[in-house]
Amino acid sequence: MSDTAASDDGEDATAVDAEEVRHVADLARVRLADDEVDEFAAQFGDILEYFEALDEVPEVEREEELVNVMRPDEVESGLSQEEALANAEETEDGFFVGPKVS
Amino acid sequence: MAADLNAFVTEETIEGDADADGPLADATVAVKDNISTEGIRTTCGSEMLADYVPPYSATVVDRLTGAGATIVGKTNMDEFGMGTTTETSAFGPTRNPVDTDRVPGGSSGGSAAAVAAGEADVALGSDTGGSVRCPAAFCGVVGIKPTYGLVSRYGLIAYANSLEQIGPIAGTVEEAAAALDVIAGDDPNDGTTRDLSEVDGADPDASYAAAADGDVAGLTVGVPAELFDGADERVVETVETAIDDLEARGAETTDISLPSVEHAVQAYYVIAMAEASSNLARFDGVRYGRRSDADGNWNESFAETREEGFGAEVKRRILLGTYALSAGYHDKYYEKAQDARAWVRRDFEDAFEDVDVIASPTMPVLPFELGESLDDPLRMYLADANTTPVNLANLPAISVPAGEADGLPVGLQLVGPKFGEETIVRAASAVEKR
Repeated sequence: MSDTAASDDGEDATAVDAEEVRHVADLARVRLADDEVDEFAAQFGDILEYFEALDEVPEVEREEELVNVMRPDEVESGLSQEEALANAEETEDGFFVGPKVS
Repeated sequence: MAADLNAFVTEETIEGDADADGPLADATVAVKDNISTEGIRTTCGSEMLADYVPPYSATVVDRLTGAGATIVGKTNMDEFGMGTTTETSAFGPTRNPVDTDRVPGGSSGGSAAAVAAGEADVALGSDTGGSVRCPAAFCGVVGIKPTYGLVSRYGLIAYANSLEQIGPIAGTVEEAAAALDVIAGDDPNDGTTRDLSEVDGADPDASYAAAADGDVAGLTVGVPAELFDGADERVVETVETAIDDLEARGAETTDISLPSVEHAVQAYYVIAMAEASSNLARFDGVRYGRRSDADGNWNESFAETREEGFGAEVKRRILLGTYALSAGYHDKYYEKAQDARAWVRRDFEDAFEDVDVIASPTMPVLPFELGESLDDPLRMYLADANTTPVNLANLPAISVPAGEADGLPVGLQLVGPKFGEETIVRAASAVEKR
């Protein structure tokens, strides 16, 4: 996918095929049904073509005044272990239980 | 009535402080279902969080109940705030009380519908790209999107952090402003809130409700052609009449230009989708939320949980956001969108050198019919043309009813300079009093 990004192959620059949709869905950890893949491929083509207009935006100096906001590093009360686990589907001995790693 | 409109996802009550006095002491408040309420499920309009019960309340909820308001329920919304019609909710669409064949706008459609139907005096919404102002306009009520940093987002389940603010919806400008008085103010739990005593030109003792005095004598109203071009003629006529009435009450109007806003919708969607793709990565079914029964490995289980838990629009935005941030595309989309955002901000700053408020239609269209735009996401995105520039520029804006066209409500949007909430409240109250 990345190898086509900078290329200048004209009218199909924003066309998206099913393979690309599957690749992005994989990166985002979202499984898609086959009919969703086809629907998204068509819609993404239209939406990305519309986003192409961002090419016309000039480079703008971004002079946002931003400062870090810190608090003193003091212990504050937080959720109890019980509260923190209350919404988990599966817990064991006070821990979250996740799917197996491999 | 409420059941027909489907304005609420959950109807449960949190009593307000009985000893409080002030304008909200006896008020009923409906809260959008992406704002955390301790012990009451908070779904974000999503199957993913259908059974999620927050262990704490958002700062805004504590402030409302502390001011004596009673929370009456959690309102329906587009899933995770992603929509302009409240049709992407996993709990079914909300209907517009003005015309039940039409959408209430979104994403805070349940909040606006609840107020318009008299189910609550005030409601809270959240506005990432117009989600308070759009439903206010479509339902014929008032909605305020505060300056970024005025209202705490602590307890708001994030969609696009750099853009969103919680804002009030009410039947009148004064009621909405009174609710803003209660929820505004810095919060140690949200590092992006500002202490107004440290902000140049801001009034730390501001009373927004007191500003609803209708006095617009000498106020300068900027009218940008870019936010009228392409809008429905009936909307334009109704809004122009309202602006003429402001002039009749002593305001001056002047034509201005905001060339950057032609790129606002693209920039907004790229930034919002990119932030969403990151924010929604937390929904993995392990610590909270729905979890699929799949017994595959970590990644497979993740992907299946998210396939089952998210609706189509949420998947679309997560995928497009992931795409826009991926290797080879980041500079083309995300960087350019940040340039556009800075350009929009500068355009507004320049405009506010000469004018006090900027007026336009809130929505360029009349309320959609139910189902009309669901299959065409791009068409839905384009309806956000006038609201998204305000979020990109971190500014305050209000939508106030301008009148009706073909029996449907039309909203006038008034945008102010940073922390200029009193000015937009004052101008909007004049529109209301005409």
